[in-house]
Amino acid sequence: MKILVAVKQVAALDEDFEFRDDGRDVDPDFLIRDLNEWDDFSLEEAVKIKEASPGPTTVVAVSVGREEADEALRKCLAKGADRAVRIWDDAIEGSDPIAVARVLAAAVRREAPDLLFAGVQSSDQSFASTGIATAAFLNWPHAAVVSQLAFTPGAATAVFRRELEGGLLQEVEIQCPAVLTIQLGINTPRYASLRSIKQAAAKPIDVVSLADLGLGAADVGEGGSASRVRRMFVPDKGHAELIEGGAAAQAARLASIIREFKGGST
Amino acid sequence: MSGILVIAEQRRGELRAQSLELITAAQPMRRPGDEVGVVVLGKTPERHVPALSLAGVDEIITLKTAAAEFDPDTFEAALGALITQRRPDVVLVPHSVDSFGYAAALTAKLGLGFATDVFDIRRIDGELVATRGGYGQKVSVEVDFPGRSTVLLALRGNCFKAPEQIGAPRLTVFEAPPITRRSQLLEFIELPATDDVDMTGAEFILTIGRGIGEEANVAQFRELADAIGATLGCSRPIADAGWLPKSRQVGQSGKTASACKLYIAMGVSGAIQHLAGMKHVSTIVAVNSDAGASIFGVAKYGIVGDIFEVAAELRRQFEGDAA
Repeated sequence: MKILVAVKQVAALDEDFEFRDDGRDVDPDFLIRDLNEWDDFSLEEAVKIKEASPGPTTVVAVSVGREEADEALRKCLAKGADRAVRIWDDAIEGSDPIAVARVLAAAVRREAPDLLFAGVQSSDQSFASTGIATAAFLNWPHAAVVSQLAFTPGAATAVFRRELEGGLLQEVEIQCPAVLTIQLGINTPRYASLRSIKQAAAKPIDVVSLADLGLGAADVGEGGSASRVRRMFVPDKGHAELIEGGAAAQAARLASIIREFKGGST
Repeated sequence: MSGILVIAEQRRGELRAQSLELITAAQPMRRPGDEVGVVVLGKTPERHVPALSLAGVDEIITLKTAAAEFDPDTFEAALGALITQRRPDVVLVPHSVDSFGYAAALTAKLGLGFATDVFDIRRIDGELVATRGGYGQKVSVEVDFPGRSTVLLALRGNCFKAPEQIGAPRLTVFEAPPITRRSQLLEFIELPATDDVDMTGAEFILTIGRGIGEEANVAQFRELADAIGATLGCSRPIADAGWLPKSRQVGQSGKTASACKLYIAMGVSGAIQHLAGMKHVSTIVAVNSDAGASIFGVAKYGIVGDIFEVAAELRRQFEGDAA
């Protein structure tokens, strides 16, 4: 029994940042990297299944990314993943979620797990697409936005709840192997102990190339992608009227907004 | 080929409002001779024809499926067959929990151009250009689709207004190919009420987010909400952590705060799902220590400052009222 968890080392912007010279992305010097928040939950879900499993169960964390993705993978190892695989080739640069999914699908075929988990979305580019596109390349059953899961290792099906809009849930049964995208709040991700962080640092990360997966440069990058970034820019900040002053002055103005609303609504 | 296909969503017999917004978004995409067709799937898709007979719709395509509700295998097979036959330029779907479940798969299978969470579309020198957010909505990203003859775009809700005028589109019945479903919908479940609060009916909401730091701080904001006469709500991380019941969560996946007119967000950075769920509110006041927080993009008033200090001062302002 094996569960693969696709993870991403995401990037957040520094307070001040500059765009790259070509204007198509932020200068990497201004990016702060971390494991995608959603992936923390999907890894935890896989580790929970492993811990409840009577038989041997393996959790493998997989990431498509440069060396910096090792940090995300080590976090997964520290939190209970048994193995970590990182796939990279310079040709992957500029890949959109569809091209990344093609790579992940090839890695899934190599590993042949019973389930693939991915986060609902990444916190940086938020396409909400990689996991489900991977399922399409594999021709596996799939479901998005899973907020509760019941799966017994070895079972032919899994039962889960999808979190829909407006506080509505949906209970669904799916055939395995399947791809599920995992929603925040499905569990409470554990903190890694210092000891496990140290142990994870010593564990190897299996680095895999495109050729190892039987893919070529044409499958990834801009050519293998369904979209291409033309430019990035800072949006119009909106039209919020800033309430200036110290906390007391700001609160006084806010109080008058509240009183005005109450006067009008009663 | 040509034309624009709009995929309407329905759930439990009701068209989802976001579907109608796509009809408006489709209009500027028209090139001479282009038609806008709206596709609706379900066991009895024809029941939605009156509601979809709106200005700007040339054709309604009903697609009868064995599944009454959304099902990924059904959607991908049926829409795949339709898109393959029609070869439209553009396919518009709502950026929604259901489209998360099939749009990327349809794209991967058919080799379409693709972008999600799109809030602006235009043609630049005839080429389709879509704009979406990046890096937690702090930048905007323009994407194009070189070499793709059909582009599927998932559009963010509340960015376009649904058409108000009625129209007289022609009707087409499209035969969905038979498929074997690999997942089965067992049931819908309403979020259990763990609290007697009615977020849906609340007109004045004070919402707390991650910025409150720790659970022990919830109490002071609850007291503040009482003092100012607001209903206390929260963003997802607070509900997920169990600091407030899920029934207090507002935003897209939480309760729809449909009656809300005044909304004060303290320490809420404004994840897109949260903003999408609150965009209809006429007066949003955002209080956040991060001047770059996305919530300021939708707020009418912004206070950049320490939420605890502002909260304490605000409470002082209302102390006399409680007596």
